[in-house]
Amino acid sequence: MSQTIIDKITEQQSNLPGREGFLAEFTDRSMAEFRRLGIPAVKHEEWRYTRVSGLFRLEMGFGTGTSVTAADIDAHRLPDHEEATELVFIDGRFAPALSNIRHNEKELVVMPLSDAATGEHADKIRAHLGHSAAYHPDGIQALNAAFAGIGLFVMVRKGFATEKPIYIYCIADSRTGYVFAQPRTLFLVEAATQVMVAEHYVTLGSGESFTNEVFELCAEQDAVVEYVKIQDEGPMASHVGTTHVRQTGRCLTNAVTISLSGRMVRNNLNMVMEVEHGESHMHGLSLLNGETLVDNHTIVDNMQPHCQSNELYKAVLDEASTGVFNGKIFVRKDAQKTNAYQSNKNILIGEKASANTKPQLEIFADDVKCSHGCTVGRLDEEAMFYLRARGLGEASARALLLHAFAADILDRIGHEPLRRYVDRLVSQRLAYDIHNGQ
Amino acid sequence: MYEENDDILQQVTTSEYKYGFVTQIESDDAPKGLSEDIVRFISGKKNEPEWLLEWRLKAYRHWLTMEEPTWPNVDYPPINYQDIIYYSAPKQKLAPNSLDEIDPELRRTFEKLGISLQEQKRLTGVAVDAVIDSVSVATTFKDELAKQGIIFCSMSEAVQEHPELIRKYIGSVVPTTDNYFTALNSAVFSDGSFCYIPAGVRCPMELSTYFRINAANTGQFERTLIVAEAGSYVSYLEGCTAPMRDENQLHAAVVEIFAGEKAEVKYSTVQNWYPGDKEGKGGIYNFVTKRGLCQGDHSKISWTQVETGSSITWKYPSVILKGDHSIGEFYSVAVTNNFQQADTGTKMIHLGSHTRSRIVSKGISAGRSNNSYRGLVQVARKADHARNFSQCDSLLLGDKCGAHTFPYIEVKNPTGIVEHEATTSKIGEDQIFYCNQRGVDTESAVALIINGFAKEVMNQLPMEFAVEAQKLLAISLEGSVG
Repeated sequence: MSQTIIDKITEQQSNLPGREGFLAEFTDRSMAEFRRLGIPAVKHEEWRYTRVSGLFRLEMGFGTGTSVTAADIDAHRLPDHEEATELVFIDGRFAPALSNIRHNEKELVVMPLSDAATGEHADKIRAHLGHSAAYHPDGIQALNAAFAGIGLFVMVRKGFATEKPIYIYCIADSRTGYVFAQPRTLFLVEAATQVMVAEHYVTLGSGESFTNEVFELCAEQDAVVEYVKIQDEGPMASHVGTTHVRQTGRCLTNAVTISLSGRMVRNNLNMVMEVEHGESHMHGLSLLNGETLVDNHTIVDNMQPHCQSNELYKAVLDEASTGVFNGKIFVRKDAQKTNAYQSNKNILIGEKASANTKPQLEIFADDVKCSHGCTVGRLDEEAMFYLRARGLGEASARALLLHAFAADILDRIGHEPLRRYVDRLVSQRLAYDIHNGQ
Repeated sequence: MYEENDDILQQVTTSEYKYGFVTQIESDDAPKGLSEDIVRFISGKKNEPEWLLEWRLKAYRHWLTMEEPTWPNVDYPPINYQDIIYYSAPKQKLAPNSLDEIDPELRRTFEKLGISLQEQKRLTGVAVDAVIDSVSVATTFKDELAKQGIIFCSMSEAVQEHPELIRKYIGSVVPTTDNYFTALNSAVFSDGSFCYIPAGVRCPMELSTYFRINAANTGQFERTLIVAEAGSYVSYLEGCTAPMRDENQLHAAVVEIFAGEKAEVKYSTVQNWYPGDKEGKGGIYNFVTKRGLCQGDHSKISWTQVETGSSITWKYPSVILKGDHSIGEFYSVAVTNNFQQADTGTKMIHLGSHTRSRIVSKGISAGRSNNSYRGLVQVARKADHARNFSQCDSLLLGDKCGAHTFPYIEVKNPTGIVEHEATTSKIGEDQIFYCNQRGVDTESAVALIINGFAKEVMNQLPMEFAVEAQKLLAISLEGSVG
């Protein structure tokens, strides 16, 4: 990476809001980290299969965050959005004018991080902002942190449970050139709450874009959190996203990650279980074609006894796509009676498709039950034969089986309308493949 | 069963590391340190041809440009490569004509280790090549094997007598530049075993090499080369021990296996280098590169290893499945106790079509040890219908040890099927309770359960080895229960 690009990024960073107090200190520290660590090369064990260095080019722009209208977003709205709180990021900047907050102020707090860091929530920001950095000591993560000045603070207040989801749209506008977006959210879920939050990543236009986001979520005692990430960006989009979930009280967190398109997608998902009896579920589906590369890295950090985690990631790899999976389960010394399961299943369809998987266990406590499994293979020939014998064409039989394969993950989306919405995206993709194949 | 358990217990209570004695024999050492002169000295001592010296020097020069790998999940103070003696040979009459001429002290050493150098012990039916420190001291059953055209001798002998074979195959499977320790080994290797099975011959007995480090401050760098021509079969055993010393000693070996069409090679190791004492002081650094090449179609290479010794193990016996329909297998039991660290596993590289591989790895950690499985299964773009199944299970005894798994799976062909599964758990309390109830005390119950846990791998070992390995398992885990 040349000095001119670093200078360009530095200049941009120094003009962001939040240039005082803790936030300024945090972002400057992160910027120094970014300069020190640089962009991870292929030699970096965590970036073995995924190249990001080519994304840092001089023509990258940071966008103005004002080029998008509500009409542009309409095509990408999630189901029942009229009832939901909608938070919109344009090119990494929170856009209050396009957002609709439909919860009342007693339930939900939404404000820029730069305001929250100096106001009544300052101590919370101090406690939670940047907690994910220790899990991803690399330049990419630090670079996002350096731009936290344009980030957003969301807090779901204590004792509040609602059916209304919170939708977050992260939109990169590539219509005017190569755009580099860095959304950052700190999402606090206070005790005894139930909330469903979905992030939707889309690109406007067919140009090149690069999204580097960090979403930090902290769930307190007795919270029930459902988190869905839908990544459906343009064919020229690159995406590095980190979702960091921290359980500071005994609670249940459920995360589903759906990756459908783009050029290079990297999803980091961390579950940090800091308290006894925590429970977490992680599910992921990658449905890929073209030359898309999707890299899912997950970390489950079991710090205390009696925690449970369950993980299932599936990938359908068509054409020349590549699926990468790395799942780490850490069980620390004191975390006895941990139950942790992990499974990764890949179906290779394309002649040039490839799957790289590395399930990883690191265990320091003896009284635990941990297992992982992974498979790479084709569609079951006998199942195909069964369907063909009953009069289904090859393409339909294949679509049916793949849809069933994906259903294990789709079923994990608890919010009914959203599940149907994602199911439709998946079905469309499979049907599209059928026409392509004929 | 009771008797057997009592037997194990007896062993357990009496011995920590029973091979820890030192043999008082004079040895002929090179000065400490490593330089081109040392490489020339070793080559000169062995009376080697010019091309081999060149080959060594090339490896040495390459080694100078390399850095020690830091990626394994092990932790040790930096090794001072200038503080090691790279050549140490027991002083004895040049080239003994018969076994009677071998230094009796030396012969006693091997008797203590339970290795028969006396050919009258034909019952065991195992041909042995014994390597002490850096030099092969005796090879048994040589003549008998020669009748079938099998060559089984020390590496230095092979260099003198079969230079054409050595030149053809040495470094062909593990290139000198492969990694830091292969480069080092290639530069300074002092001896090892060479085994050549001609086409169509089924080797009538188990071949075995016994390695022993005796002298202090030395490193052992041996090289084993096995060539199995088309249609041949050989089963090969390797055993290792070393005296107890407070300093760490380095063992960096290379094993190369070449399998021609329809050839089968079975390689079994019981590695019992000195693991260090209970405080983690001393012990062998075991940094070994083992690789087999299934060059011909329908060939098969199988690695079986029982790893109980060494303070640090760094070892990945691999198979390159180049020939169509070739088979690679890896069976491993790795036990770590006290402060031992093991980072071991395998690589299966599928290049040919219809190639198959199977990995069974059992890790047992106790004390404050760390045990890692690291494996790679790679299916290349052109390897149609490749099949792999891997299973790695870890057992934790105690809450201060760690078990880690790092499997890498890279599939580039949609017709390949790769499966991997791994579990980590402790010995079930209900299993121990079941044994207790039937009058088996806890220590024996644990030994029993562990033997059951490792059975899949033990079954792959030849008979004589299996018994030894089973005892070793129990000894290694002494005191870790309760």
